[in-house]
Amino acid sequence: MRIEDHPILSFPKGKTITFTYQGKKITAKKGETIAAALHNEGVIELSRSGDKNRPRGLFCAIGKCSSCLMTVDGIPNVRTCITLAQEGMKVEKQTGFPELPTDSKPLKAKDSLDTKETDVLVVGGGPAGLKAALTAANGGAEVTIVDENPFLGGQLIKQTHKFFGSSEQEAGNRGVAIGESLVDEIQKHPNIESMTSTSAVGIYQDTVGLYKNREKFIKVKPKKTIVATGATEDMIQFPNNDMPGVYGAGGVQTLMNVYGVKPGNKVLMVGAGNVGLIVTYQLLQAGVDVEAIVEIAPKIGGYFVHAAKVRRFEIPILTQHKVLSVEGEDGVKRAVVARIDKDGKTLADTKKTFDVDIVALAVGLSPSYKLLHHAGCELKLQPQLGGYVPKRDDLMRTTRDDIYVAGDASGIEEATSAMLEGAIAGADAALQIGKGKEAEGKLISDSQNRLKNLRAGPFYKPLREGLKEVTV
Amino acid sequence: MSAARNEKIPDWLVNGYLKQKDLQSPSQEELAKGALAVIECPQRIPCNPCSENCPVGAITMDDINGFPEIDYDSCIGCSVCVENCPGLAIFMVDCSSKEGCEITIPYEFHLSKVGEEVEGLNRKGEKVTKAEVTKVKTKEQSSGDTSTVTVKVPEEYAHEVRNIRRIQ
Repeated sequence: MRIEDHPILSFPKGKTITFTYQGKKITAKKGETIAAALHNEGVIELSRSGDKNRPRGLFCAIGKCSSCLMTVDGIPNVRTCITLAQEGMKVEKQTGFPELPTDSKPLKAKDSLDTKETDVLVVGGGPAGLKAALTAANGGAEVTIVDENPFLGGQLIKQTHKFFGSSEQEAGNRGVAIGESLVDEIQKHPNIESMTSTSAVGIYQDTVGLYKNREKFIKVKPKKTIVATGATEDMIQFPNNDMPGVYGAGGVQTLMNVYGVKPGNKVLMVGAGNVGLIVTYQLLQAGVDVEAIVEIAPKIGGYFVHAAKVRRFEIPILTQHKVLSVEGEDGVKRAVVARIDKDGKTLADTKKTFDVDIVALAVGLSPSYKLLHHAGCELKLQPQLGGYVPKRDDLMRTTRDDIYVAGDASGIEEATSAMLEGAIAGADAALQIGKGKEAEGKLISDSQNRLKNLRAGPFYKPLREGLKEVTV
Repeated sequence: MSAARNEKIPDWLVNGYLKQKDLQSPSQEELAKGALAVIECPQRIPCNPCSENCPVGAITMDDINGFPEIDYDSCIGCSVCVENCPGLAIFMVDCSSKEGCEITIPYEFHLSKVGEEVEGLNRKGEKVTKAEVTKVKTKEQSSGDTSTVTVKVPEEYAHEVRNIRRIQ
């Protein structure tokens, strides 16, 4: 189901290509991922689990969670949510742990291994990474930015709402517009090389391993590395939480706002934080019904103004409610919720059933810290920041002096603060390699002040407490 | 959690909508003189485009996390704040006509046409009255990329109607 008419976005028709799924012809838009194209055709079951043969579908839609693995052109375990559909591709549902192909030739180091030097390597092309790359490059550094998604922009590309914050720094602009202008600047910048569909697979002493387009390994020797890998959506426990149709709210947002594909017809949103509230509103804009928002806490966790936007469309917000189960066979048909008492016990007589085909989970995000862990940066479990985060100083340097962190990977926050952290990391990286000048020094102190102001309010008290624990 | 339990949670943070008593609103007398902005932003969040964009400095904040305060003697009813508020939390109310009040609503959905009859919805999304669309501003025409719809409603709904629904 394509979104034909959207009040904010336009989805041009563009060129189409065809590929096969289980031998059946599927038409996709050029520039669309395999998972998006399949979803548009109503294919939501992408694989079967190995042990119990349970159906599995999409979850995060940005390459983080491995819920969308399929066999593509005979290669198993392809993340179809970040792999572009291409003419003539052969896509197959996979079950369990499929065999590796026996007839393909192993990669030979001499023709598949490139080496490359760069001043600053930025891993992740979201708000933090884009800003880090631009700032370092403006300071005179040669920069390489990589992202494993098919395009740069991170989650900005699906943020159709206007950003909060200060008018001096993009407040009032929509995330999509901010993303477009940053990506445009990156692509025009003579000091920046960008690589999409490229995963950073490991950080070693002086080398970072990249895997590009599922066909080429690249060894990069950067002077400084900025890890801006973002975050991954959290899952909660309830029966059938692995059923196709139980999606991350961000995954739902990617389907509808990036690819213009309706995620379903009726949605139950779980979580009344900013993500849950904003995605609910955006679902309404995409013409999808939302039955209710369920929130386990006794109050709305996101900004009130986001809640008011959906309440005035008669969307109930059920605080102090939890999801008991999801029911269906090959996909979600119903969700059962109930009120809980102040000790968290379910009040059985308050059960409500919603006939929905999507249960969207907006129940938190966890920093994507694995590369930092691999690199040996010291991590700390800091719940106010969403999970494991690296220790860092106020210049975003981790405990390894050649590695910086910025954005959600350093603690879950907003895109606005991610951009400021990226600017600090990028500017300091340029200075440390002897490239930046006074402008970079000033940018660092300005960005630090802005961050301090953004975080000063009562809303960010837990964040401030968490940051205190990990800033060294 | 235990500390949070002892805190009194305001009703609006449980229900998701404000009541008249929670708001700084102009008096009926002030509204009779012309359009004025009603700001429905009860939380200290880091955001300032309303005060930064107000052409007459009628909206002030202590700092970026402050509450926006509006001076009704200065407000000229221009709707710039309505069009620039990222939270879509500002409405323009004008009761200068004898035939009812006009309410300008930030509205990011398919737009109605001038003259169209629509349902006027309250803050909970319930239909409270019929409303007539008197003005439509597309996002291209808006100073802040947010489209707005102005509707006329009976005076008693001036503080209630905050959304519209097109009649199918």
